[in-house]
Amino acid sequence: MSAATLPVSASAWDRLRQFSPPSRYVPVLTTLALFIGMFGIGGLRYDGFADPQVLLSLLIDNAFLIVLAVGMTFVILTGGIDLSVGSVVALSTMVAAKTLQLGWDPYLSMVAVLLTGTLLGLLMGLLIHYFDIQPFIATLAGLFLARGITYLISVESISINDPTFTALAYETVDLGGYYLRWTAIVALVVVGIAAYVLARTRFGRTVYAIGGSESSAMLMGLRVAFTKVGVYVISGFCASLGGLMFSLYILSGNPLHAVGTELDAIAAVVIGGTLLTGGRGYVVGSLLGVLVLGIILTLISFDGSLSSYWVRIVIGALLLAFVVAQRFATRRQT
Amino acid sequence: MPESPTRYQRILGSPLLWPALALAMLLLVNLVATPTFFNIRMQDGHLYGSLVDIVRNSAPVLLVALGMTLVIATRGIDLSVGAIAAISGSVACTRIAGAGDEAALSTAIMACTLALAVCVALGLWNGFLVSVLGIQPIIATLVLMVAGRGLAMAVTDGQITTVNNAFFSDLASGFVLTLPLAFIVAMVVFAFTAVLTRRTALGMLIEAVGINPEASRLAGVRSRTIVWTVYAFSGLCSGVAGLIIAANTNSVNPNRLGLWIELDAILAVVIGGTSLAGGRFSLTGTLIGALFIATLVRTIPNIGIPSEANYLFKALVVVAVCLLQSPKARRALRRRRRTIPVLAEAGHA
Amino acid sequence: MTQMETQAQAHSPQGLTPSPVIEMQDITIEFGGVRALDGVSLRLFPGEVHALMGENGAGKSTLIKALTGVYSIDSGTVLVDGVEHAFSSPAASQAAGISTVYQEVNLLPNLTVAENMLLGREPRRFGGINVSAMNRRARETLEGLGIAVDPTSVLGDHPIAIQQLVAIARAVDVDARVLILDEPTSSLDTDEVAKLFDVIRRLRADGVAIVFVSHFLDQVYEVSDRMTILRNGQLVEERMVAETSRLELVQLMIGREIEVLDRLDRQEHTAVDKAKTAPVLVAVGLGRKGSLEATDLELFEGEVIGFAGLLGSGRTELARLLFGADTADKGEVTVRSERRRLRSPRHAIDRKLAFSSEDRKAEGVVADLTVADNMVLALQASRGWLRPIPQNTRTELVQRYIQALDIRPADPDALMRNLSGGNQQKVLLARWLITEPDILILDEPTRGIDIGAKAQIQATVAELAAKGMSVVFISAELEEVLRLSDRLVVMRDRHKIDERPNDDVSVSDVLEIIAGEARSEQGSHHA
Repeated sequence: MSAATLPVSASAWDRLRQFSPPSRYVPVLTTLALFIGMFGIGGLRYDGFADPQVLLSLLIDNAFLIVLAVGMTFVILTGGIDLSVGSVVALSTMVAAKTLQLGWDPYLSMVAVLLTGTLLGLLMGLLIHYFDIQPFIATLAGLFLARGITYLISVESISINDPTFTALAYETVDLGGYYLRWTAIVALVVVGIAAYVLARTRFGRTVYAIGGSESSAMLMGLRVAFTKVGVYVISGFCASLGGLMFSLYILSGNPLHAVGTELDAIAAVVIGGTLLTGGRGYVVGSLLGVLVLGIILTLISFDGSLSSYWVRIVIGALLLAFVVAQRFATRRQT
Repeated sequence: MPESPTRYQRILGSPLLWPALALAMLLLVNLVATPTFFNIRMQDGHLYGSLVDIVRNSAPVLLVALGMTLVIATRGIDLSVGAIAAISGSVACTRIAGAGDEAALSTAIMACTLALAVCVALGLWNGFLVSVLGIQPIIATLVLMVAGRGLAMAVTDGQITTVNNAFFSDLASGFVLTLPLAFIVAMVVFAFTAVLTRRTALGMLIEAVGINPEASRLAGVRSRTIVWTVYAFSGLCSGVAGLIIAANTNSVNPNRLGLWIELDAILAVVIGGTSLAGGRFSLTGTLIGALFIATLVRTIPNIGIPSEANYLFKALVVVAVCLLQSPKARRALRRRRRTIPVLAEAGHA
Repeated sequence: MTQMETQAQAHSPQGLTPSPVIEMQDITIEFGGVRALDGVSLRLFPGEVHALMGENGAGKSTLIKALTGVYSIDSGTVLVDGVEHAFSSPAASQAAGISTVYQEVNLLPNLTVAENMLLGREPRRFGGINVSAMNRRARETLEGLGIAVDPTSVLGDHPIAIQQLVAIARAVDVDARVLILDEPTSSLDTDEVAKLFDVIRRLRADGVAIVFVSHFLDQVYEVSDRMTILRNGQLVEERMVAETSRLELVQLMIGREIEVLDRLDRQEHTAVDKAKTAPVLVAVGLGRKGSLEATDLELFEGEVIGFAGLLGSGRTELARLLFGADTADKGEVTVRSERRRLRSPRHAIDRKLAFSSEDRKAEGVVADLTVADNMVLALQASRGWLRPIPQNTRTELVQRYIQALDIRPADPDALMRNLSGGNQQKVLLARWLITEPDILILDEPTRGIDIGAKAQIQATVAELAAKGMSVVFISAELEEVLRLSDRLVVMRDRHKIDERPNDDVSVSDVLEIIAGEARSEQGSHHA
């Protein structure tokens, strides 16, 4: 299935390079083929699946995860990992809910949310770069810290009733019979900005350079310290932005929100073709990775006979397939 | 260097000194907050009291941390322990709930054996990815971390399965010789691990592989077998922990059972003085680390902070311990004048 | 030292060359009380290729790192165009026009060729990278150097040789005035070396001063104009290449003069009667791409065979292939008539081989384990973890070897990291002797250790051979090799170039063979 769709999409996309796409695009194209294949299966098997609104709903439902995956892509491209994003989402919902409950201006509340996550990212980045603490340990501390603060703010769930928030949450953007929500549009904009930064700025290229070889990047005179701390700041910002979007989606702050979401974000990035050891991958791949995760869930809910836990198993299997494929691909090169 | 350090010097130089002191400090804080904290009373032939609760509650983390210690000593990490614990609990509970004679001892034994066998198989799977395919441990075990809870739910068919088997629930709440059975189980596994590593050559070979893999290879050490063994053992330990957690509530919730226990276990190992960079490990240190975490969790409400905030304090402990172990941070603390000798060592190969 | 400097002056062609672009004078660097460089001087002239020569530990890489600002200098001055400079960091050195290309290409395999050349100073537009301008500039630089590579291709897709050229192109694009090439040819084949030399000659014509470090004498003679020879952290001499014979060079590097070399007191060597006994080990056509050409070797019982040759000649590489530490891609090793490819050290150990690596720290010592653990490691590994060595046997073995080899401190529980180099080496020797091998391969077992330990190890080797063990002995010190060996194998440029019984062979004979200026006929004309 996927083998049949791959060359077609590639040639239409990049006709100048004949029929074989450069090897660096193969993982992303595989994910694209996977997504198209799944969408095709769904369209053939279930009535109403092949509706464009199903695709748009995928974007709406997974907008916050897309933003998380974008931040995670930066981190993973440097060869790091950020385990704190799920907890930062929970913290963000809580900060938003609590500040609104205290009567803050909704926009001020949003700024507070974004600052919290960004600051946490900065702290983790500094620990990782300046004290040589392994990324997974430092962000593990971040995971604990964010959850801990969330619980400190409130052990109970706090609902969000602010009119600005609810308006943003329910407002739709009409696309000629179909609709999107603002969160989805923000997510797509974030993907676009991230893609530009990674491909066309010195900062972005340094992110790849660090993933290729940190010591070489250092010897080449690139700003390794700034960039390495920077990716965790970006991931922290994205996590809090994702958290803000999640609060719009769910309209409550709760310390139990988004447990295990960091795994979804990591899985989406890897399934999107980014090398877990760093240096290779595209943010568009991560977008596709999230959509693949989303469509698995949609398929299962359309089917009705399959239980939701199959999502996790299928994600795990996909993760395994990509990790093993990556392992063999890199082994061949070295 | 003196030929034979005095006893005093040996205690001061012991890597266990700081973890032990930290634990003592924490206990002292509790004693100040609640003067009756150390009280232990006997009731129906069982010991009761805060300290007894602590040792009982430390059992699951201690178990997972024992396996984690060996994995970390080989320069690895096992992120899947929480998921494996959930699978273990799910297999056991589903098996008990589905058995003809739900309350029988044989049912409990059969179910637990089956669960542990599954966990060893999962550990072997991790070991396969790491030692045969050569995938980085953090990535290899991430796969099962992601999929594991899905598998656990597949076992229970997505339900929270409750069981009614007195023998099974004794695993968590029972007492033997006045002591909580959970703690005794953990100590038995602890003793077993100690014998396994220190009475055979496993411990030394694990350390050799962790300290200098290339020298070990040239000396003919079968590092593949060693690595495989420790991941299988880690799976087994997680399985036992999962059984105790499930027995504690007489039920299994595949989504919640053992959530974040991997983080607690890593924390216990690190507090115990085993370096995340691999090499020498201390099982006693891990024991102290697990007790420290259990005490910390108990301390938070005791000094009047919502108990859920224990995560906050765990975060602080993680950061503090890692900073203490980080050579860079130590150097910054000591403000050494020159960093040149470090470069020299690297450049002199 | 002053005498050497005057010598150096005498050899420089006065009036021909302009003033040096770099002049390092009396550089001394200490690491924790050990002098890595002791009053070394180096002059680099524009438009010259300057070879930096010396054996292991001579101080070449320390000198380079001093020049590139990686190490700080304890005393001495660095003049750039006659003006004193102190390079506090690699960046400061680069700003002065000094660029370095290391043996392991320090580039980014996952980025494009153009990015690797220009990242950090890429052309920009609207705050972003101007990719087309970057590719254009990279293409121009590459064409200027005669390197045919597409700048938009990914670096990692190219062979190492091309990556090396890209690294040079990056260095040149910063308007390098001094280009340091540290072992650039060690993993290149002949065609690739030719390509590299083309680029070097173009740069020389453009007036760049090039420092060339290589183990390969042929290459040094082919491409360089001037050379500085170092030994044990000290300056030996600066010479013009054209005025120095290979024999002279090798002597200067190894550090003996012919007159004092001829006679050494040495052990009585027993020539093995090859007709009678079957060899213990036979290697046929053993080789590995990029490290050793196909080589034959026979080893007999009770024989010490010495490998002589410069660093990088293939002496270590051959030893590693014999043991299976690296896998051979051609040829086979037969141990006691059992033809089996040695796929791993395990196989070799099972066939009673033992190998002590030259890199004691990285490949021998398990620093955080005790002396006792280090000693029994190989034996324990072959028994498997389920069958620990019984405590009594273990204590007895460890005690026996601590005494026999006079290891200090004589404490089995001392941590290996706290022992001196010599004692660590003895522990490693004990590790292998405990396995009771038939064939013992010792690569540089006496490097960097004190005289007492050295004598001890030499005596042990002789004793073991007398008891029937076959020993392969490798050392950079020819005297030592000659003193111990029954038979000599001489290596150069990844080939075995000579093999002869150690029958009144003198150090100068071996030097001549290594230098490639004597025919390898049997016997010696110094006798």
